[in-house]
Amino acid sequence: MTNIAEKEAVPPRATSGFSISRDTVERLLNFASPVFLLLLWEIAARTGFIDVRFFPAPSKIFEQLVVLAKDGSLWVNFAASMQRLFWGFLFGGVPALVLGVTMGLSRTLRMLVEPLISATYPVPKSAILPLVLLIFGLGEASKIVMVAIGIFYPIVINSMAGVLEINKIHFDVSRNFGASRWQVFRTVALPGAMPLILTGVRLGIGLGLVLISLAEIVGAKSGLGYMMWNAWEILSVETMYVGLLVIAILGIAFSLAITELERIIVPWKRGR
Amino acid sequence: MTLAMTKDQAADADIKIRLRGLSKVFDTKSGPFVALEPMNLDIPTGCFFMIVGPSGCGKTTLLRILAGLEDRSSGTMEIAAPAKGRPSNSMVFQGDSLFPWMTVFENAAYGLRMRRLPEGEIRDVVGHYLQRTGLSKFHESYPHQLSGGMRQRVSIARAFANDPDILLMDEPFSALDEQNKILLQEELLRIWEETRKTVMFITHSVDEAVTLGDRIMIMTAHPGRSKLIVDVPFERPRRVLELRAQPAYGELVYSIWGHLRDEVQRARAQDEGSAK
Repeated sequence: MTNIAEKEAVPPRATSGFSISRDTVERLLNFASPVFLLLLWEIAARTGFIDVRFFPAPSKIFEQLVVLAKDGSLWVNFAASMQRLFWGFLFGGVPALVLGVTMGLSRTLRMLVEPLISATYPVPKSAILPLVLLIFGLGEASKIVMVAIGIFYPIVINSMAGVLEINKIHFDVSRNFGASRWQVFRTVALPGAMPLILTGVRLGIGLGLVLISLAEIVGAKSGLGYMMWNAWEILSVETMYVGLLVIAILGIAFSLAITELERIIVPWKRGR
Repeated sequence: MTLAMTKDQAADADIKIRLRGLSKVFDTKSGPFVALEPMNLDIPTGCFFMIVGPSGCGKTTLLRILAGLEDRSSGTMEIAAPAKGRPSNSMVFQGDSLFPWMTVFENAAYGLRMRRLPEGEIRDVVGHYLQRTGLSKFHESYPHQLSGGMRQRVSIARAFANDPDILLMDEPFSALDEQNKILLQEELLRIWEETRKTVMFITHSVDEAVTLGDRIMIMTAHPGRSKLIVDVPFERPRRVLELRAQPAYGELVYSIWGHLRDEVQRARAQDEGSAK
């Protein structure tokens, strides 16, 4: 097999033609494994090999998805979770970005704030949920705060690390060319740290999804987490799976969106 | 314009840079480290001033002090005030100093953007220097898509486009191969002829110093000070290869090497000493 590939790869055209088809094959393989697993699951459920009370057939889950979509409850819960994610992301991510980049630029600020961050970072975010509920109540604020806290850490740490990784010569250049503090922030620190900041955003969104599900399970009247918890109470196993499915799809969608964002805002990292 | 003129008129010609007793001492863990011994220096306006010296002699430190990137430890530094709205100096850095996140155009426009010049003017000025450095076609490329020589040309375009009073160049061609180096030296001379700015140029290469400079300061091994200042008598505009074909060129290179050799050997002995 490899021998044939090498022989075919001699003329340049054949190389590109072959590698594209290999790409396609790999992509198909990526799809093939989940599809195969779902198929196996479906068969196992229908033949009674697995207990459908715990593992309903994928077709049943999909049917339930359609039902929930039609009666609108899926959208209501989906929208509620997305809104909390959005505000949490805004209130946690933006200050984290500004603080992190500024910490990267200012040694003094770094010395002041870094110990606080290192000390609080290892605390499991889920463990502070009771405290957050106590302080912010059962309303929207507590959910948003949970997401904000989850997103804050990866972004603040990565923003700072991103700035510290910038070659010192770039700061010399901006000083020599008369950049003001704000211009240094905008033209050197922020774009230079952007690749690592986006990694932080990627991690932060993952953590945000975990925390929003958790917060909605404990104290909410809407959201995907609430939907799953409510399903447990009324023993609608299919609905629980629909919730899991939607959250999984959300995670994949965010990940793809960030990859796309990277292509757009850090084009200079391409091909490195 | 010959060098005899700069030499004779040095006393009364307008001086762009005047250093008196300028020195630099770094505080290190093992005590104070003298990078530059007190130095007196006058550089006339429009002079292409070269500095050669062994590695570690403090020549980059001197340039960084002039660029405002480093404080001096003692002495005075007078730099003639630039015309209004014009920056005093711009530096062409050693090695890769382009912002990888900016296109060639944005890199070259950096100084002008920092000064918030009108967009139209930025386009004209940057366009001119990208054209002069043969980079017009690459204005939307990113640095990682260019060769080392092209990147250094962007760096030169960036400094020239900023239209500073003084150009500071820190071994801008040291990382390039010989062919590219000669081409870039010619390009630099051509662009410089348009404006005849005051230039302070650091190099390791005696050839480069004689090829480009009006005057050459030879520095001693660490701790750095001025050992000798030599005038370069060749006429301008110069063509690099024609210049190098002249017997007088070889003689000047040879004599400068004579002064430099001792210093290089001393620097080497210091390195070996500190390695032990």
